[in-house]
Amino acid sequence: MRSIIDVLDLSVEELGELISTAQDIIADPAKYSEVCRGKKLATLFFEPSTRTRLSFEAAMYELGGNVLGFSEANSSSAAKGESVADTAKTVSCYADIIAMRHPKEGAAYVASRAASVPVINAGDGGHCHPTQTLADLLTIYREKGTFENLTLGLCGDLKFGRTVHSLINAMARYAGLELVLISPEELKVPSYVKQKLKDERIPYEQTTDLEAVMPKLDILYMTRVQRERFFNEEDYLRLKDSYILTPDKLANARKDLVIMHPLPRVNEISVAVDDDPRACYFKQVLNGKYMRMALILKLLREAGKIQ
Amino acid sequence: MNIDAIQNGIVIDHIAAGRGKTMYDLLKLDELDCSVALLRNVFSAKYGRKDIIKIDRELDVNLDAIGFISPEATIVIIKDGEIIEKKNLELPAELVDVIRCHNPRCISQTEQELPQIFRLSNPEKREYRCLYCEVKAKI
Repeated sequence: MRSIIDVLDLSVEELGELISTAQDIIADPAKYSEVCRGKKLATLFFEPSTRTRLSFEAAMYELGGNVLGFSEANSSSAAKGESVADTAKTVSCYADIIAMRHPKEGAAYVASRAASVPVINAGDGGHCHPTQTLADLLTIYREKGTFENLTLGLCGDLKFGRTVHSLINAMARYAGLELVLISPEELKVPSYVKQKLKDERIPYEQTTDLEAVMPKLDILYMTRVQRERFFNEEDYLRLKDSYILTPDKLANARKDLVIMHPLPRVNEISVAVDDDPRACYFKQVLNGKYMRMALILKLLREAGKIQ
Repeated sequence: MNIDAIQNGIVIDHIAAGRGKTMYDLLKLDELDCSVALLRNVFSAKYGRKDIIKIDRELDVNLDAIGFISPEATIVIIKDGEIIEKKNLELPAELVDVIRCHNPRCISQTEQELPQIFRLSNPEKREYRCLYCEVKAKI
């Protein structure tokens, strides 16, 4: 039974198919409004994530299907000590497909081995969050029309941010990628990520200065610099404002820059940037729903549950 | 320094110097009631220094665990004072219940009866990663 735990579980060709399906859904949503009639998506959210859960639920409803599930571990059998594998086996009896969020890394993989229906990883701790990356990829494709020959700037917490590592892995499969890694010293990308870039001969530049590199970027992917990542408050206070995107800092940016953020935002992008036509982070949210629709369709088709 | 030759048992030879104790612990040799010798920093013409473990009893040892700790090691099986078999090892592709994942956020820390599985991710660096959370193994 095919499940999606990591975005790299999908080949480049399959990603292309998902993007084509998502674009077709966008062009003609009525065509897809009944394709999952009678099918059920179980959203098993062992930790709260309003955005991702609602996105999956909206995706299934727009495909004509139904949704059941829970939104926190306390309202599930996990509170009684049930294992992830047993929960997955049980829910397989009720639903045609599962989307699961769990705080433990590898939980979705364990569920996928036990389930008899496809499992989509909706985030497993700091490990993977493939549908966020699918949202990012559709946004890049819709805004730029290609994945090739792009200069991608990643800014903020590049050490712990799973969305950043996942996006790097996904984009590394396309020709002509150049990376600009913008972060405080304390939050630089881990050495294994840099090693991968070296092994795959992907040019990258590390800097602490966002404004200096702004003119060369095709895409700026902002992430949150979190207070809890710093060893002392002084360092946090010294660095936190360096990575707040404001209209001033965009003065030298390209006219066709794409500004992205996985959300939720706290203060790392000024609200004043929201009106800039280059701000695409709310489009990302919408694109996430379309890609989840495309992924649900793909997995249900592969499982023989829909035409 | 002399250690008596064993009549029936196993010698794990050519263990990378300094890894004998880790192997001893991983194989739980302290739980055996027979004679077990751990020799450290023994002269080796091939490696300079090596560790050796001698177990004075016939025993099924976990070859994956030995290969993981020191793939250079050789297993010598002795019966009636004679060497009856020598085995060379290699890095195992997968380790099952040999080591535990050290990542406190890994599902293997909490999920009931889940085997601890690691896969060889980089043979050159002898790097293993947890099947579930993909965190690098620590010896």
